[in-house]
Parts: sequence; structure tokens; C-alpha cells
Amino acid sequence: MDAQNIAFWLIALAMVIAAIQVVTSLNIVRAALSLVVVLAGVAAQYILLAAEFTAVVQVLVYIGAIIVLFLFGIMLTRARIGREADLDNDQRGAALVVALGLLALLVLLLRDAFGGERIGAEAPSTTAQIGDAIFATYVIPFELSSVLLLAALVGAIVIARKD
Amino acid sequence: MLLNQFLFLSAVLFCCGVYGVLARKNGVLVLMSVELILNAVNLNLVAFGTYNHTVAGQVFALFVIAIAAAEVGVGLAIVLLIFRNRRSVDLTEADLMKG
Amino acid sequence: MLETAWVIPAIPIASFFLILFFGKRFPSKGASIGVLALCACFVLSLATAYQWVQREGTLPVEHHGAPAAHGEDAGHAEEPDDHGKTTDDHAVKTDDHAAETDHHAEEGADAHAEEADHPAEEGADGHAEEGRTGDVAAGGVGRGLATGGEPPPAAPDAEHAEDDHGKTESTAAVEDGDATHKEEAVQGESEGELKRAPVVSSVRWFEIGGIEVEAGILIDGLSVALLVVVSTISLLVHLFSTEYLRDDRRKTHYFAALSLFTSGMFILVTSSNTLQMLFGWELMGLCSFMLIGHWWEDKENSNAALKAFFTTRTGDIGLLVGVSMLFFIAGNTFDVGTINANALAGDIDGGLLTVAACALLVAVVGKSAQFPLHTWLPDAMAGPTPVSALIHAATMVVAGVFLIARLYGVFWQGFDLGAGDGYSPVAMVGGVTVIIAALLAFVQADIKKVLAYSTVSQLGYMVMALGVGAWTAGVFHLFTHAFFKACLFLGAGSVAHSGSHHSFDMKADMGGLKKHMPITYATFVIASLALAGVPPLAGFWSKDEILVGASANGYPLFLWVGVIGAFMTAAYMTRCVYLTFHGEPRGAAAHHHPHESPWPITVPLVVLGALSVVAGFLNAVAFDIDLFADWFEPQFVSNIVTHHGFDGKLALLGTTAGVLGIASSGLYYFRNFGPRRVTERSSMARAGYTLLANKYYLDRLYTDGVVGGIKGPIARLAYWINQNVIDGIVNGVGALAGVLGRFSYNVIDQRIVDGAVNGAGLSAEAGGSTLRTIQTGRVQQYAAVLFGAVVVFAVALWQFT
Repeated sequence: MDAQNIAFWLIALAMVIAAIQVVTSLNIVRAALSLVVVLAGVAAQYILLAAEFTAVVQVLVYIGAIIVLFLFGIMLTRARIGREADLDNDQRGAALVVALGLLALLVLLLRDAFGGERIGAEAPSTTAQIGDAIFATYVIPFELSSVLLLAALVGAIVIARKD
Repeated sequence: MLLNQFLFLSAVLFCCGVYGVLARKNGVLVLMSVELILNAVNLNLVAFGTYNHTVAGQVFALFVIAIAAAEVGVGLAIVLLIFRNRRSVDLTEADLMKG
Repeated sequence: MLETAWVIPAIPIASFFLILFFGKRFPSKGASIGVLALCACFVLSLATAYQWVQREGTLPVEHHGAPAAHGEDAGHAEEPDDHGKTTDDHAVKTDDHAAETDHHAEEGADAHAEEADHPAEEGADGHAEEGRTGDVAAGGVGRGLATGGEPPPAAPDAEHAEDDHGKTESTAAVEDGDATHKEEAVQGESEGELKRAPVVSSVRWFEIGGIEVEAGILIDGLSVALLVVVSTISLLVHLFSTEYLRDDRRKTHYFAALSLFTSGMFILVTSSNTLQMLFGWELMGLCSFMLIGHWWEDKENSNAALKAFFTTRTGDIGLLVGVSMLFFIAGNTFDVGTINANALAGDIDGGLLTVAACALLVAVVGKSAQFPLHTWLPDAMAGPTPVSALIHAATMVVAGVFLIARLYGVFWQGFDLGAGDGYSPVAMVGGVTVIIAALLAFVQADIKKVLAYSTVSQLGYMVMALGVGAWTAGVFHLFTHAFFKACLFLGAGSVAHSGSHHSFDMKADMGGLKKHMPITYATFVIASLALAGVPPLAGFWSKDEILVGASANGYPLFLWVGVIGAFMTAAYMTRCVYLTFHGEPRGAAAHHHPHESPWPITVPLVVLGALSVVAGFLNAVAFDIDLFADWFEPQFVSNIVTHHGFDGKLALLGTTAGVLGIASSGLYYFRNFGPRRVTERSSMARAGYTLLANKYYLDRLYTDGVVGGIKGPIARLAYWINQNVIDGIVNGVGALAGVLGRFSYNVIDQRIVDGAVNGAGLSAEAGGSTLRTIQTGRVQQYAAVLFGAVVVFAVALWQFT
């Protein structure tokens, strides 16, 4: 078991625990902070996968921006800071069954499909490569996503505006 | 490293997200769970990209991040609107489509 | 140009859209676009015709059927090749002793071997292979010249043929066959009587179930002749319309429809397959509806448009059935050439072919206004006059005649037209139409209706000609008739436009217009004389050929029908001319300062008048001119029909009939000679007049007889089911639609349909109220079901596949 694998399993363990926290915690702020752990773990996994640029973007956008947005959302909706009794609805059992069923299905499928496939040691992809790919091959989706962001910006303002 | 390590991790994250979306009452928490799902997908994309020696996986992960940002923006705006109208973000109360 | 003739139909279509979308912005409201487009079509048609005429003939005429190996030597169009092959196959298949013959024929194809079997006489069952000698050894005399026009004596049974190895027949055929045939065939060998090969170019239209359907053009003599006629008439009609509908409120739509109408005809005449023909055919039906109902504000006009549409639709069902049947029985093909070739080769089951031909005949009866579906055509006069000219002279109504001419192989074989037994269903339809329509023309007061019935009558001539096996005569009459009938209609339009203040009533609003409208008068008279068959005008030559064909092909009955028709035609046209242009001015003609029409009206009149004079000389057989037959008769037709020379006696007979008609009618009207007020004195004459004035009660028959006959039982049925309906039924205006509508409303709709709808509603409501309990409106519950379903389905797929 090499260092990479050890790192993977440690990070993965932390992520899974944090993810479970996110969806079960009765303290909404704690859930949000657990989400930070998961997102940071994903960024770390990106680095393990030799995707440094994406990892950086993950940290910047998710942890830097989206989590802040969530905290704002929590604040603006006057959520109680601290434990709250009724953060879950009455279909937890069903949700659990569905989620576990899905998990079992995915695990079985993945084991069948990709059992034994290895990810070789990889030279980290450079930012230049990604830039080339985005602005050459994927330039149209890129432009479309910028339009989408603009639309979302305008839409969010229109929806949330007091009038 | 095995490819499946990442895929299993991603599957666990995904299922946690699904559970959260289904079982949470608070709108903000549901959105957080959606983020879990999206991150699971991203992890898949990047893992497959590396496995296939292509940057396409990363590029699409980046697109998903951008779209997730947009989604959170609009989603939170909607939650705020609901809160403003109902003084609550309890999604079980938002059942106007009840038959 | 021949290969690219598809642009000719394309131009008016483009013009249609241009006019529709941009026409309103032009000062002319789009009329100029239409005229320009038709100018282009006209020029292109002439170019096509020129190239066609210049085209070298490559197909030898193998008179009376089987083209032996000739057809295979050149790699031209498919149709003759197919013809050749299929016929040969047939020969091998059906006739043992002919194998040797075929052998000979192939060896000495270019030299002497002349297969002389007659497809029509083979009959549908294809057993009688008479006269198939084709054998040099059969003797110099016995060249195997069986005769097309020869009645059964030359058609013995198969055993006979086998016994004598065909010698008997060939001898017999030569002995009682007429000299012309022999001469022709011999000349055909020495001079090489060659026909131009049709030009086919097509692209794949669509493929369905492994069957490729092609869209393409078939340019042969028939198409070229029709292209020239249609583009000429249509151009002149467009020109005429610019003046006639100068201030019309829907001028743009009028010209758009006119363009589309023309393109429909172009599509029909150039199409290489029956499906495409159907398309052009229906396009014309639609456009005629739009144009006849152009002034739809008057109930009468929109009724007439509906009547025209529905009546021709009745016939169109026949076309649909016929085309579908031909597709299956002719070997899964829509291709016209192949259908004709297969039909003539006897490859198609005779019974089925006859049924298909009957179906097509129904289409012809509907479209070409033959008895008994001719009633729509006079009513179609409700449209603007130029439209009448276009419909009646060049397009719509000749479409039916064109259909017969185009699928002549089917009709020839299906109705056994070559038998010469004096009876032919096609000719019967035509002949009856000639007489009854001509009679009706006598009692009309409306000048356009006179012309309309005249058209019906002349169409009867064409159908009759085709029915007696005189293909060239029929198409030639179509050709000449187009010019003088268009001239007459436009002349009537001119009169109404400038002379009688938009009235078409000859008795009330015309008379004495001769001195006010000299050009209109002159052209009208010329066209009338041409129609009456006065030599040497166009109508004489074509009508004479029809008479000759009827007589020489063994249909004496139709010869006399033709002669009587000629007499009546001459007489009613004289009456029409008198009432319109001579005598004292009456009504509007007296009060509204009649004057000559402006140039856009007179120019077409003069052009058409001139054409009415000269068009006939294309095929003036008396002077040994047969350019029309040479240019425009396709090879497959030349193979089966016989041409007959000029017959002085018959020409004299026809002319005498015409002149007598003019004279008697002239005496009656101009010289006031003959009995007056017959209808008041003789009860029989009165009865006849009443019969004619009521159009043989055909309309009454359709509305009261057919519709009423169906109405009664249904009414009782409806009464029995629901007595409340009875009032509605009894008061029903007589329209079948009305009756059926009420019936279906009260019984089917109210009980069954409403019941079903209510039942469905109730059950849906019941189901809904049960189902609504699971519609909690909570998105998360839906999502749970969604994800759960995904899992279940994924597992199912995974496990069971």
C-alpha cells in the first residue's frame, strides 16, 4: 500500500463521515461546515488524480464562494444557530432504503464493470492543456456556460428582489 | 490506485446526497445535498478523465462547477423567496401541487 | 434542356411563393411576377420542344407489339428496353415454338425478322400467340405481319398456330391485312422509321419498405406537346388577367393560385411516375377550388367551387385506387414507362388490369368532366373568366385526357382497345358525353355555359378518340382545342369586360357587339369556325382524324357520334355568335357603351386566333404532313396504334356536318327561317327543352335520387333509434352531408361518442380521486419514488438481460 493509497483512504474516510454529517446533522451550521470538509476532500482527491487546476478551482469556487452563499442563505432564512429538532421530514426511512438500494446497485455495477482497472501514475495535466481544451475543443460549451451564468445571475436577482 | 476506489467513494457521496435530498426538510440543506451529488459526479468525471489520459474529464468538471455555482445562486434565491412568502423554508409545507 | 426540364414546373412554384410573400409590395400586386414566371416557362418550353424536335430518333417502331432485339442495342432510356425484354421473356415463357423464332429474331434483328404478335390480341391470359412467325423461312411473303386493327379473323387460337407453325396466320394476315400496314412495316425497315427516345431523369424521392420511389421527369413527345400548350395558354391567360382583374381585391392571391395551378399541370405532364402525377393532379384540384371560388362572397360561387372540388374528388378516388393497383400489379413500380411496358407486354393479369383501368377511367370521368360527372364544369364558370379559359383549355380538364394518353398501355390492354370490335368503354363514355353535352349547349343563355358544355363535348371527342385507338388524333385534338377554346373563353371574357358590363347572359345583355368590338368578334368567329371543324382551321384536322380513326379502327358507331357531334357543335356555336355579336343590342350591351378591350386582352385573343388557324397544319394528313405524329407520338404508342391516311369521304362528311350545322343555325337566327316558338306549340319539343333546361335532371338525380335514396332508410333508422331526430331529417336540405351529420350527431355523437366521452370522464374522475391521494404535492416524495424506480428498473435490466 503506497502513500497515495493511504492518503486516499484517510481522506475518503473523512469525506464519508463528513458527508453523513451533512445529511444527518441536526445543526444546520454544522452541516454546512461538514460540507466544507467534503468539498475540501474532493479537492484533495483531485490532486491525487493529478488534476491540480480543477482542485484549485474546487477550493476557490466551492469553499470560497458556494459555502459562503450557503452560510448567507442560512443566515437570511433565520435558521436557529444550534440544534434544531425537525430538520428532517417524515420519510427518512424510505429515503434511507432508496439511498442504500442505490448504493448497493452502484457498488455491484461498478465492481462488475471496472473491477481491477487501475489508474496509472500520471504526469499532472498542466493548466495550459486544460486551457487549450476549453478554448479550442470546448469553446462553444464554454461560451454557453458563460451565457448560463449571466442568465442565472439575472434570474437570481429577479427572483430574490424585494418589490 | 484502482479506478474503483474513486468510483465507490463517489457512489457513497452520491447516495448520501440522495438521502439528504429525500429526507431533509430545510431548503438550504436540500441544496447542500444537491452539492454533494454534484461533487460525486465531478469526482467521477475527473477519475475517468485521468483513467483515459484526457483532460476532457476535468474540463467537464469545471463546467459542472460553473453550473453548480449558478444553480446554488438561483436555488438560494428561490429558497429566500419561499422564506419571504411563508416565513419558513420547510419544504413539506410547500405542497401547492397537492392533488 | 430536356434533362433539366424540371425547372419548368419549378418556376411557377417559386413564383407562387414569391407572389404570396412579396406580391403585395409590388404596384402590380404580384401580377408581374406571375407573368414573368410564365414568360420564362414559355421560353423554356419552346426550348424543350425545339430540342425535342432536333433530337435524333433512335427507337425503331416495331409495329404491333414485340420489339425484338432492336430495343436492346442502344443504351437509351429504360422504358423501351424493359419493353423489349419483358416481351421477349413473355414470348419464351408462353410460346414454345416461338423460341426458335426468337432465336432468329435475335440473330437477324436488324434485318428481316419481324415479330408480329399483337399484344392486345394475345389477350390478358396470354395464350393466343398468333402470327408469331418472325421467321425468314416462313417465306418472303409471310413476313409475319399481323394486323393491329384487324378484327379476330387474324387472331386464331393457339393450337391452330402451333399446328401450322404460324404460317397460316401470317399468310392470312397478309391476305386480309390492309396494304398500308405492309407498306409501313416494309418502309420501317428500309427507311428506318425511328422515334425519339424519351428522356428520363430522376432522383430518389424516398424509400419505404425497400421500395424506392423516384421523383423525376419523363420528357417524351406527349409531355413536350402538353408543355407547349400549357405554357402558351397560361402565359396568355396571365396576361389577360392583368387587365381583367386589374382592380380585384384579391389580385395577389389570384395570381399566386394561378401560378400554382400552372405548376400543378406542369408537374402532371412531366412526371415520370404515377405518384408524382397524383401530386400534380391534386394540386390542380386544390387550385381550381381556390380559383373557381375566387369571389367567394357570393354563396353561388363558393357552392360552385365546392361542387367542382367534391365532384372531381369523387373521380380522384378512382385515381388513387388505380395508381395503387397499378403499383402492385405492375411489379411494385410507380414508373410510368415500366407500367406501360409491362401492361403492353401482357405481364399483368388481365382481369386486374381491367379493374385498374376502370378505376383510372373513373378518375378521367371526374377530372375531364365526362358523363355522368360533367355537372361540375358548367358551374365552375363561377370563377373569373381567364380561370375558365385556363381550366377548360389547357389544364384541369385535359388532365384526364392526358392521363389516358400517358397510361395508354394500361387502357389499351385493360379495355382491349385494339380489338376493334366496335365497343370500347372509354369510347362509350366519350361518345355519350359528346352528344349530351352538345345538346345542353343549345339551351344555355349564359355564354360561358355554352362554352363550358362545348368543352365537355370536345373532351368527349378526345376521350372517344383515345377510346377507339386513335391516340394521335385524341392528343392532337387536345392540342388544337386548347387554342381555340382558350380563344373563345377569353373572347367571352373580353365581351363581359368591355361589352356587356360584366354580364354573361347572351339573351339579356348582349347582341350587336360586332361593330363595337371588331377584334374580339373576329377572333371569336375564327375560333368558333375552328371549333365547328371548318377547313382548313385547326379543329377540322383534328376532328377529321378522330373520325378517320373511329371508322378505320372498326368503330362505326362512334364515327356517327362524331359526325352528329360536329353538326351540333357548329350549330350551337353559330347560335352563340349570333346572340352575342349580331342582332339588336340588348340590356347592358345597349346601355353601357360597349368598346373594344385594351391590349392585354386583345393580344392574347389575336395570338390564340392565329394559332387556331395554323395549329392544325401540324398534322394536316391531306397534305402528307404528319409532323405532330412524328414529333409527339411516343414509341410505345407507335408500336400499337395504326395511322390512317387522309380519307376524302370522311373529311367531306365531317365538313358537311359542320357546314350544315352552321347553315341551319344561321338560317334560323340570321334569316329568321324555320319554326318559331316550337316549345310553345309542340308538347314534345317542350318536354325536350325542359329536360335540357334541367340538365337531364342529373343534378336533381344527385341531390334527390342518390342523396334522397340514402336519406330515406337512414331517416327511418334514425326514427327507430331516436324519434326526436325525425324533424331534423325531414327538414334536411337534401344534402347527404346534412342528413348524415344529423344522424351522426344524434345517435353516434350524442349516445356513443358522448357516452364514451362521459364514461371516460367518469372513470378518469374516479381513477383520479383514488390517485390524487398519492399526489401529495411534496417534491421530495416524488423524488423518492423516482430514485426508487430507477433502482428497481436498473436491477430488473441488470438481472433479466
